[in-house]
Amino acid sequence: MVWTNAVIQGVLLGGLYALFATGLSLSFGVMRLVNLAHGDLAIFAAFMTLSISTTLKINPLVALVIVVPAAFIVGYILQRLVFDRVVGVDPAFQIVATFGLGIVIQNALLEKYTADTQGLNVGALKTSTIKINNAIGIGWLPLFTFATAVAVLGSLALFLKRTKLGRAFRATSDDADAARLMGIDIKRVFAVAMGLAIATVALAGVLFGARSSFDPFVGPARLIYAFEAVVIGGLGSLWGTLAGGVTLGVAQAIGRKINPQWGELFGHGVFLAVLVLRPTGMFGKAQSR
Amino acid sequence: MTMRVVRGTLASKVFAVVAIIGVGVLAFLPSWGSVSLQRKMVELLTLVALAVMWNLLAGFAGVVSVGQQAFVGLGAYSMIALVNVHHQNLYASVPLSGLVAAVLSIPVGLIAFRLRGSYFAIGTWVLAEAISLIVILQRSVGAGNGVSLKVAGYSLATRQDNSYWFALFVGVGAVLLTYVVLRSRLGLQMQAIRDSEDGARGLGANVYRTRFLVWVLAAFWTGLAGATYYLQQLRVQPAGTGGAFSVVQWTAPIVFIVVIGGIGTIEGPVIGAVLYYFLRDRFKDHQTVYLISMGVIAIAVALLLQGGVWGTIRRKLGADLFPVRRRLVE
Repeated sequence: MVWTNAVIQGVLLGGLYALFATGLSLSFGVMRLVNLAHGDLAIFAAFMTLSISTTLKINPLVALVIVVPAAFIVGYILQRLVFDRVVGVDPAFQIVATFGLGIVIQNALLEKYTADTQGLNVGALKTSTIKINNAIGIGWLPLFTFATAVAVLGSLALFLKRTKLGRAFRATSDDADAARLMGIDIKRVFAVAMGLAIATVALAGVLFGARSSFDPFVGPARLIYAFEAVVIGGLGSLWGTLAGGVTLGVAQAIGRKINPQWGELFGHGVFLAVLVLRPTGMFGKAQSR
Repeated sequence: MTMRVVRGTLASKVFAVVAIIGVGVLAFLPSWGSVSLQRKMVELLTLVALAVMWNLLAGFAGVVSVGQQAFVGLGAYSMIALVNVHHQNLYASVPLSGLVAAVLSIPVGLIAFRLRGSYFAIGTWVLAEAISLIVILQRSVGAGNGVSLKVAGYSLATRQDNSYWFALFVGVGAVLLTYVVLRSRLGLQMQAIRDSEDGARGLGANVYRTRFLVWVLAAFWTGLAGATYYLQQLRVQPAGTGGAFSVVQWTAPIVFIVVIGGIGTIEGPVIGAVLYYFLRDRFKDHQTVYLISMGVIAIAVALLLQGGVWGTIRRKLGADLFPVRRRLVE
């Protein structure tokens, strides 16, 4: 029963990891860009939500109505002003620009909010659980987070499959040059993709801040889990990302159950095992890149 | 009219003489400089070594790693394990630590090289995190709290001087090593691969093997630099501020140094390291603002001035201090 509970909690946590990973998967898929500031932008959103909810005296989850659209705009502008210049050049510059951005965000947050740990107070949602039996209880917040992740991934899959812009995304992903020749404004596609990436990761950051405490330096770990979820699930597969996130969450939960210090290490272990045994991931279509 | 292929220039010959005299003067620093200058030079020289090695990987071989802190930490902790646990000679442990880092870089590389480009970069970061977590579980080297190097029996003055000479060797040696590698067959392959992977493959270069060799070489020297740095510091801890496995402590400054100085040049990382170290010392009471400024400058350079400081000077000067490229003259 204790183990069943660990697995359930791991699955729910995995939903959050998948939400962190969605944007990473999207921006890599569309423009071969890996944003090393991905996790830091999520934590930045959590801090913004903290300020907004305390200033306006509203629930942090209500503040999402402001934060998520703002994050989309930030992503759009970031792509236009900064990242566009490092798409398709020597990857060293891409890494330096995004890694540098991460360091800037971390230190700017440190300057403004100090190194104290913070938390987002979402009220009763945080503490209430559905009690199955004595050993198993499902928290409403983790459940809500998981449902949000599934909803976001589902909408994104529909968007990619059914809309004209979604088709442009897929075309650009397959071959950016050919897409441009067919009249697709790929710069706009890139900017919208980054906007969606940052909006989803901001959502993930706020949900993360609601369940755990955070400080300016927890962003890189979010990036690493997101990346592991993408690789485990397989590049280029949205539902794979969900499966990858869940696998990672379960591995960490089981590891933590055995020894509190082993949680992260178990997660890394599964990631490395996938990389060695099946580099295309669980649902990957293309070769690993 | 006959044409010849030459490498050296007047500037490079003058520089060679100046550099040899400069290193000679630095070798005797313990007899003319203060202890605090000596300590600072150890920090600067190890930083030079780390930056030069990252540049060899990223700037010349096209292998962009964000996980080099793994090898700094492995160097440092191998030294601790050899000296504290296995009671080896303090100074023999330093080169041995580099060797341990190099040996461990082989399995790490075999896994990381399954990923490419930006994914390779994060992959190395994950591997560095995993290694750090494994080290944190080792109680014999202080687990998460850190540990002090056992130096009983060595006088402070000798230790200080020896640390300095190790650092001088590691710093100057890194530059010379890069120079020698770049003029070799391996160096030619590396640069050909960086410029066009498919083209180089077509001409018979073994892309994987070349990159892997550079990876192991850089791990060796990075481990050596890590051990040297902590030989002076004495206290090692795995994570957090000053941590041997900390990405903020090591890889962040290294990346900034190389890009600002000029990636893909031998001179750039050295200039970058001196600039970075000098300014950090100057603004040591404003570390947060300093890191923000460095980050912004690094982003700006990556976007707008991809040659960095030295790349810009070189274009004006039209000559290299380290003659690697071949030129055609009458």
